[in-house]
Amino acid sequence: MTARQRFLRFFHERPQLKAWALLAPGLTWLVVFFIVPLVLMLGYSFMPRNVYGGVDFGFTLENYGRFFDPLYLKIVLKTTLYALGCTAVCLLLGFPVAYAIARGGRFRNFLIFLVMLPFWTSFLVRMYAMMFLMRDSGLINKTLMDAGVIETGFEMLSTPFAVLTGLVFGFLPFMVLPIYASLEKLDHALLEAASVLGAPPAKRFFRVTLPLSMPGVVAGSLLVFIPALGSFLTSDVLGGAKEILVGNLVQNQFTSARDWPFGSAASFVMMTLVLGAVTLYLRVRDADEAMGK
Amino acid sequence: MKNQRLPYWLTLGVAIVFLFMHAPLMVLVLFSFNDSKFSMEWKGFTTKWYERLAERQDILDGLYSSLTVGLASTVIATVLGTLMALALARHEFRGRRAMEALLYVPIVTPEIVVGISLLILFMAAHFPLGLGSITVAHVAFNISFVAVVVHARLQGMDRNLEEAAMILGADEITAFFRVTVPQLWPGILSGAMLAFTMSFDDYVITSFVAGTDAATLPMVVYTMVKKNIEPSVNAISTVVLIATTILIFVADRAGREKPLTAEKAPVE
Repeated sequence: MTARQRFLRFFHERPQLKAWALLAPGLTWLVVFFIVPLVLMLGYSFMPRNVYGGVDFGFTLENYGRFFDPLYLKIVLKTTLYALGCTAVCLLLGFPVAYAIARGGRFRNFLIFLVMLPFWTSFLVRMYAMMFLMRDSGLINKTLMDAGVIETGFEMLSTPFAVLTGLVFGFLPFMVLPIYASLEKLDHALLEAASVLGAPPAKRFFRVTLPLSMPGVVAGSLLVFIPALGSFLTSDVLGGAKEILVGNLVQNQFTSARDWPFGSAASFVMMTLVLGAVTLYLRVRDADEAMGK
Repeated sequence: MKNQRLPYWLTLGVAIVFLFMHAPLMVLVLFSFNDSKFSMEWKGFTTKWYERLAERQDILDGLYSSLTVGLASTVIATVLGTLMALALARHEFRGRRAMEALLYVPIVTPEIVVGISLLILFMAAHFPLGLGSITVAHVAFNISFVAVVVHARLQGMDRNLEEAAMILGADEITAFFRVTVPQLWPGILSGAMLAFTMSFDDYVITSFVAGTDAATLPMVVYTMVKKNIEPSVNAISTVVLIATTILIFVADRAGREKPLTAEKAPVE
């Protein structure tokens, strides 16, 4: 028997081992460069700060305690509100778009391509594009001034409006695609049945289409909420120094403030919110599946 | 219902949302050709901002770094991710659910958390920061995406060809390289393209693990955006935009290409 045959036979007789052999390289990489760093970060969040960056050994709850300070409590609340607001606006804008695409006939593929396009383009470049439009001498202000609507340019950047618009602009495709996917699967026989039984269009929509698109709505909401919660670039580029979110707080602790333990704690506050959202999503999804949808 | 037209107000509303999604980038591209340094007024067509780009060493270096990191991390992430997908799609093993959950951790973790936690690891382990550490980080967040894409492809794949090859005398290794890989190729390719694009576009994670000497293209762009000095920012943004659009277009094509046996013959 050649070495090759012996090698193959060895794994053929041990299917479990074969599976783990395939998993091992990727798994190792993920554990060493993803899980271990997260565990280290959790450890850092309970240690006292070292003024030169990094940590001193010891145990403290002070880093988490600081989140009860109104200043930081406000940042966490504001971030959550932004994420919720962004999700709500995306749902409001995204549902009609998904609905129109699902009924878009021969334009369907082209419209999907249009939704996918920003989904793939550099997030940084897209935030810059928003900034380019919104800054004091930007196109929006200039057009309004030329049209005589306003006398002088008004400040749009560094306002909650700019950040929220940026977030929606950034994450809208994440909402449209899952809703489209569930609308596309919708069984037309059900709508016809409703129609035959005398339901007017509005009633058909609210009693058939909307409930059946719920899995897409829930998935889309999660896909928007999570990155909005963790966003850093949007508020950094469009919010200036005024609109600080948890992401900016974390970045600040690891750069200029040099308070790694506090930055780690802030990251874990963010991770907790994300995990909360994922858990909620899984609950809702499992409940949906249990109902036999 | 298919034949009913959408109400006009809905069509109009949807058109406005599409405009919102695309107009900002179109304006950006348009003004990268504007012959004026400060004003938003159209002063004529020019390509001088693009010529300026080619003269800037930091941009050329950034582009070189981004391509190097992108290629290296894509190759590693694609190989590791594909192997994981094969294990998940074709083998029953204990700890499988935990494994699937683990794969989703990088997908839901906010970028900034990935960036700082890796920075903590690298500093604690005295791992030198630079193109090497950036590559390691990019592989870490890309393995999952490749695995998920390839896994989806594997689930729709027909195993008959592989079995036929083995019956005809190929051993498992030959069957894998001569039958499975060619069949799976479109999935692997679209996973790889996705990985490359994410690596090429990433700013947040990269900025934390880059150290002081290395700068990828998005990092150079970020500095330019923050300083906001001249329309070169529009030009470099346009270049990045076009590069990623081409990549995605290619990836999309590759992903759609039908495998050798896309349609299963109905077996009775």
